[in-house]
Amino acid sequence: MISLKVNGKNYEVDASPDMPLLWALRENLELTGTKFGCGMAQCGACTVHMDGNAVRSCVTPLSRAAGKNIITIEGLNDDIAQRLRDAWTAEEVPQCGYCQSGQIMAAAVLLREKPHPTDEDIDYGMAGNICRCGTYQRIRKAIHRAAKASTP
Amino acid sequence: MEKNTNQPGKLVRRIVYVALATGFLTAVAQPLRIKEEPEKETYEKVADGKDDAARREQESKDAFLAAYTVFMHPRCMNCHPSGDAPLQGDDSHIHAQNVTRGTDGKGLYALKCKNCHQDANLPGADMPPGSPGWAMPPAKHKMIFQGMSPKELATHFKDNHYTGFKDFEKDMIHHVEVEPLVLNSFIPLEGRSRLPMTHEEFVAKVKEWIEKGAAIPDK
Amino acid sequence: MNDNTTVNRRKFLQTGALAGGGLLLSFYMPALGKGLKRVPPAPATCAPNAFIRINADNSIKILCGHSEMGQGTYTAMSQLIADEMDADWSKIVVEAAPAHQDYFNPGFGMQLTGGSASAYSEWERLRKVGASARAIMIEAAAKKWNVPAAGCTAKDGFVLHSSGKKISYGDLVEAAQGITPPTDVKLKDPKDFKYIGKPVKRLDTKEKTNGEGIFGMDVKIPGMLVAVIQRPPVFGGKVKSFNADKAKAVPGVQQVVQIDRGVAVVATGYWAAKQGREALEVEWEDGPLLDSVEQRKLYKEMANKPGSVALKEGDVSAVTGAAKALDVEYETPYLNHAQMEPLNCVADVRADGCDIYIGTQAQTIDQMVAAGITGLKPEQVKIHTMLLGGAFGRRAIMDGHIAAEAVQVSKAIAKPVKVMWSREDDVRGGYYRQFSHHKMIGSLGADGKPLSWLHRVVCQSFMIGTPMEQMAVKNGVDMIAVEGATELPYEVPNLQIEWHRGTEAVPTLWMRSVGHSYTAFAKECFIDELAFAAGKDPYQYRRSLMDKHPRLRNVLDVAAKKAGWGTALPAGRARGIAVHESFKSFIAQVAEVSVTATGKIKVHKVVCAIDCGPTINPDTIKAQMEGSVVFALTSAFYGDISFENGRVKQRNFHDYKIMRINEAPVVETHIIESTDTMGGVGEPGVPPTAPAVANAVFVLTKNRLRKMPFPADVRKTT
Repeated sequence: MISLKVNGKNYEVDASPDMPLLWALRENLELTGTKFGCGMAQCGACTVHMDGNAVRSCVTPLSRAAGKNIITIEGLNDDIAQRLRDAWTAEEVPQCGYCQSGQIMAAAVLLREKPHPTDEDIDYGMAGNICRCGTYQRIRKAIHRAAKASTP
Repeated sequence: MEKNTNQPGKLVRRIVYVALATGFLTAVAQPLRIKEEPEKETYEKVADGKDDAARREQESKDAFLAAYTVFMHPRCMNCHPSGDAPLQGDDSHIHAQNVTRGTDGKGLYALKCKNCHQDANLPGADMPPGSPGWAMPPAKHKMIFQGMSPKELATHFKDNHYTGFKDFEKDMIHHVEVEPLVLNSFIPLEGRSRLPMTHEEFVAKVKEWIEKGAAIPDK
Repeated sequence: MNDNTTVNRRKFLQTGALAGGGLLLSFYMPALGKGLKRVPPAPATCAPNAFIRINADNSIKILCGHSEMGQGTYTAMSQLIADEMDADWSKIVVEAAPAHQDYFNPGFGMQLTGGSASAYSEWERLRKVGASARAIMIEAAAKKWNVPAAGCTAKDGFVLHSSGKKISYGDLVEAAQGITPPTDVKLKDPKDFKYIGKPVKRLDTKEKTNGEGIFGMDVKIPGMLVAVIQRPPVFGGKVKSFNADKAKAVPGVQQVVQIDRGVAVVATGYWAAKQGREALEVEWEDGPLLDSVEQRKLYKEMANKPGSVALKEGDVSAVTGAAKALDVEYETPYLNHAQMEPLNCVADVRADGCDIYIGTQAQTIDQMVAAGITGLKPEQVKIHTMLLGGAFGRRAIMDGHIAAEAVQVSKAIAKPVKVMWSREDDVRGGYYRQFSHHKMIGSLGADGKPLSWLHRVVCQSFMIGTPMEQMAVKNGVDMIAVEGATELPYEVPNLQIEWHRGTEAVPTLWMRSVGHSYTAFAKECFIDELAFAAGKDPYQYRRSLMDKHPRLRNVLDVAAKKAGWGTALPAGRARGIAVHESFKSFIAQVAEVSVTATGKIKVHKVVCAIDCGPTINPDTIKAQMEGSVVFALTSAFYGDISFENGRVKQRNFHDYKIMRINEAPVVETHIIESTDTMGGVGEPGVPPTAPAVANAVFVLTKNRLRKMPFPADVRKTT
């Protein structure tokens, strides 16, 4: 049994320690907002926060995730998250939407660490997340919009 | 390179090799390295008279040139690029995710190295390799290998501003001997070319280069 | 097809409450898992037709027969209905319709989302659907108030009476029961549109930003197992034998069963199934061993010989007095759709029925295929269309193989099962956009105008051998394979378009913009080559040859003007232009490009002008143009599926690269106001991008990029 702390709740998961966190989240805990895209940390669809970092859950073994503070898209509810969701809505970012959980998880770390990112910062923070629908221009606008919405 | 096989230094080195090979790296290598000190003296004693200095210099250069093939191998060089983006693969292409060094060398924002690179290599071709503390050299000491000639690289290694070392000889040897990221480069990865020598051989070359005067290659 | 349309139009007005809400409620069982929108028990519902459910709480549910794969169809279709029924937009919710003939696409005669056709094929029907519901609401109010219907109007979800009385649609649910839908409805004058033509907010954004949206991949039903399938490493290959002992020894693996397309490893979860598959031993009988290098040679040879004639005007072989002649070749590779959500399907086959949960573009086909496998009647097969994590054509397949695999596995194990494709399975799974080779021969007169144009296409056909063959093939030519080449908008007195059918070595399929994705590249680069050969400006040259294509010429003018064609650019930058008609829409793009010190192409900006006739949602159109440009650039820079010893060389996103945010250009879209015929928007933004970029690169490097993907270092091209 592996102890996981996800979105503030504690879980015991009966799984192999080398199984990626992604499958525990999606199949054991039924938190399906975190998506499977590639299984090799190429696309970012599986991004979750682990002790505040935007880890790729598809390559993160449960042995590493055990005991860490994990937040998924379902549990991302702070001020930054709200601003991001508002901005995503205002800019009409999602098309198919499959990558957007990962995009928002990545953007949340970006804004926490760089509250007013430049375009270059966005390139450095967001290029790990593939969007096949090509919503990049709107993701960029939405991040700037969310940054501007912060209360000083 | 050494003809006299009865040297005690050689024996010590063999012990070091065995220790390294069996994985007692940090624990064992440190004390043994200190014990190695007498070897230099021994070497001097057996060396030929007046050509000794020149021969030592040449051997030092040769040792560096051998080690240089490791430094410049993609498994090593990819984290010592000329720019701030790490490189990937045997073709040393720019890291696909636009990863950048950051001040601490650990990446930025949602693209920190450890977000994908675990504490160990993951099984399967082209999976992210991993090691504790996966990172590039920090911005202050970028330790660029890419594009450096042997002469340039050797010169830079001896410059503590470049490397961030305090004591070039001690820290350089320590880095190549025990740094997990260096050790990781020697672990074969599926689908990737292997380094041209073993870690033991590499460490020996670096040591030889330093011990024989850390001579700068001609080109 | 026309007959079908007529039948369906009549039918929707007659069916009334046939496909009732009960069907849909069963779809949203709590058993499906978390995150599904739970609809509170409706006290009463009015179903004026198959598409609309008016609830007593004033919410209006729209059942959309078109699959939402990112193109915004849930919103656009709802706009058509909501506007004509004078509904309150904030009360609209949309759900996937079941598979049923009521929802057949009027253009296709089956339930299929594709061909960028949803908007123009529903433009009239769904507005009538909305107007019909509005008429029912007005009649219900008139009945309730005992006044003549003529004195009632509708606005924002209410019926109003000249006396000042007002009642919401929700409050009319009961009174509306039993009212016969009108046989003839009057549609609004476009100037009165409230939602149509406006940038109405998408209906699916919330669930796509909080993790609640349920894609096919996310479906979980009670007792469901997960399977991965080991498919042949070579297309056309078959299982000779297999040994499942080691696979079954993997913890979690429950069964290993052979199906038509391979060997399925069934487990309690994906990770166990994947581990089990790695341990599975299969001996294969290989199919033909395709080699890309050999295929290239073969296609090149074929292109040197005359092909089947798709179009002939004048006589390209009888041209005399040409001042200049060009003879060049273009090439594009096989491409994988690479939608973000790997393919998957949940099937639950029982003796009395079958439920299929799938992100599909082709419900009718999946239903028929499942019926065929199970021996059930099609109506016993329920298709639950989930959100599609991208599709681009990959989920519209004639053989329904994605559903078929899951149905076969579920039937074999007598349990519900989710068949999941890994990314590697998806990249190597075939159904690619075709590899194509193009021979282009052109000549110019002394005035620089083209005298002749021969475009010979060599590529596979994915139509021949399917039920769509008859529709697609004319005089031995698959017209879909040469689409875009045959509609040359430039005046050329001697014109010939030919096609050679490439060897059928690999399953191929339509991919976003289909034939246009390669014909436009050859056509728009070649006209550029002719312009430069004639010493003319490539924009003006095109323009001078397009007198018979005013809509296309207009978008060319708008794109050129908005991009500042002819004005100075920063040093090292250049513009390239391309224009193309596809899916009834007209699009021109101007790309602003530079080449880095290492020879990498950087696209800074793409200015896009589109005329798609009347618009339903301008913001969706812009989003589609932005996405299309990125999609096209991915193909231009990276897309390449190639073969060695019959095996696909690429595996995952590390070697089948997708453009990322740091490489994406700014896309500026200008929509032409138009009342002309309506066109699609999902695909036509793709074709002009690659040629516009290639044409700009030529200005910078004097090298013509005639092969996709473009080289990583364009300075090295000759």
